[in-house]
Amino acid sequence: MIDKKDVEYAAGLAQLKLTESEKEKYTEQIGQILNYVDKLGELDTEGVVPTAYTVPMKNVLREDKVTESLPREKTLANAPDQKDGQFRTPKIMSD
Amino acid sequence: MNIFDLTIHELKDKLAAGELTAAEIKAAFSDRIAEVDPQVKSYLTVTDELSEKQLANYDSAKEAALAGIPIAVKDNMSTDGITTTCASKMLENYRPPYNATVVEKLNQAGAVIMGKTNMDEFAMGSSTENSAFFNTHNPWNLNHAPGGSSGGSAAAVAAGECAAALGSDTGGSIRQPASYCGVVGLKPTYGLVSRYGLVAFASSLDQIGPITKDVEDTAILMNVIAGHDEKDSTSVKREKEDYTAYLKEDVSQLKIGIPAEYFELDFDQEVKDSVLAAVEKLKEAGATVETVHMTDAAYALAAYYVIAPAEASSNLARYDGVRYGLRSEETADVTTMFTNTRYQGFGDEVKRRIMIGTYALSSGYYDAYYLKAQKARTLIKDDFDRIFNDFDLIITPTAPNTAIELGSKSDPLEMYYTDIFTVPINIAGVPAMSIPCGFDSNEMPIGLQLIGPHFGEGKIIQAAYTLEKLLALKNKRAEL
Repeated sequence: MIDKKDVEYAAGLAQLKLTESEKEKYTEQIGQILNYVDKLGELDTEGVVPTAYTVPMKNVLREDKVTESLPREKTLANAPDQKDGQFRTPKIMSD
Repeated sequence: MNIFDLTIHELKDKLAAGELTAAEIKAAFSDRIAEVDPQVKSYLTVTDELSEKQLANYDSAKEAALAGIPIAVKDNMSTDGITTTCASKMLENYRPPYNATVVEKLNQAGAVIMGKTNMDEFAMGSSTENSAFFNTHNPWNLNHAPGGSSGGSAAAVAAGECAAALGSDTGGSIRQPASYCGVVGLKPTYGLVSRYGLVAFASSLDQIGPITKDVEDTAILMNVIAGHDEKDSTSVKREKEDYTAYLKEDVSQLKIGIPAEYFELDFDQEVKDSVLAAVEKLKEAGATVETVHMTDAAYALAAYYVIAPAEASSNLARYDGVRYGLRSEETADVTTMFTNTRYQGFGDEVKRRIMIGTYALSSGYYDAYYLKAQKARTLIKDDFDRIFNDFDLIITPTAPNTAIELGSKSDPLEMYYTDIFTVPINIAGVPAMSIPCGFDSNEMPIGLQLIGPHFGEGKIIQAAYTLEKLLALKNKRAEL
């Protein structure tokens, strides 16, 4: 069964801040959902090949040639912060 | 009938006959939006500037399939320079730098895009109540939800706020709201319609499709939006079909399966009776109808609630406050910025699904959840393939109930259960349509689901077209 520590761990992986009350709520709700999902254990899947996509296709390739791409100005237009034609983030390395 | 009640093909006929001009049509639908949208609240954005521009092009596009036809687009399909919010605070001010392929196709077909419709945030939900902005109301009864996640699109069609709309369907998000709003909704075969520019939720399940007032309009819209797109690597290369060629009143050659296990589930008796009565009509019209046996749909729902959140947790990792979308004011360092941005930008259901998906994919649980669900997916798909070796179509209800009252369901699992009949179709990647088959004792619409084999849209359209004629419900409109 999932506990609060599992929820905190998953939230960390997902880069998601949660309040204490959200942690408790999600522990309970996700527990119930996973409990429902455990139903899958009743299915015999011995030797069954997993399906990722239902339409059979793989290695979809295109010609390796340069085509038009979005202009830089348009691409940056939605950026919360930018400098010198680049995306700017808060500092990544600690001091 | 009012102009805003007319279907695409009726509007096209009137344009061709010179009984209406494109400007009159546009004005009628704009007036209708002004009149009823304050109550129905289908639209997140009314795209006046765009629709006026498209209308101005009418004379040069007169021969195109949708010339002068007012269409609504769900707000998870990218529109160049026009806000595409996915009903999320995360994308409240996001203006995509390009058009989704389906939007390009609508443009080329001469459509007049009236606006962007409300939805559950990032298409996660079954009632449109997960919109970060406001609720949409069911035109048949404003106290009820329109269904979801394409609730705004379905409500806009039902309320005459557009001639037809596009929705997207990951686990029932076109068909369930179409059912609740008494309109027609088709989820095409996975890969038939390009997903380029559709904001990704669960990439192996998502598919764009039409929501319309009748089956003929579905065929017309499918002719416009279906087709291979090199910008979507999962889009399928196959010869273009003319879906209007299937608009025939004939089911005598069709063999239809009725899955016993689906009808044995505990759900609304009025829905069950209405769907079975419609099946009886198809039988009288010459279709062969037989009971079939399928794996319990509950396994598909269980597999869905692993696969969809897992893919969502991965797809939604991109919302980090760097390139577009919301950025939190908390910017002491980059991790603080990431976690606060995601905390402020995502709503409750989105966070819940990111959490489930992250957990199911995390080390130690991957085999038990994600791999197991993908194996279950194979069994469910094989089940459909096996039946479609002998049968042309399968019929089930679209939803186990009619539209729920707004605010009546707060338990996530209970809400998920309204997708019990629609989810298996996305898991198998096959096409399915919801068409109205009756009304319950509260005068709320009931939907019937026609499921076909991969690329069996033609057979679905033919059977649905026949059934629509037999039931004679299609001119019934919600009164507002």
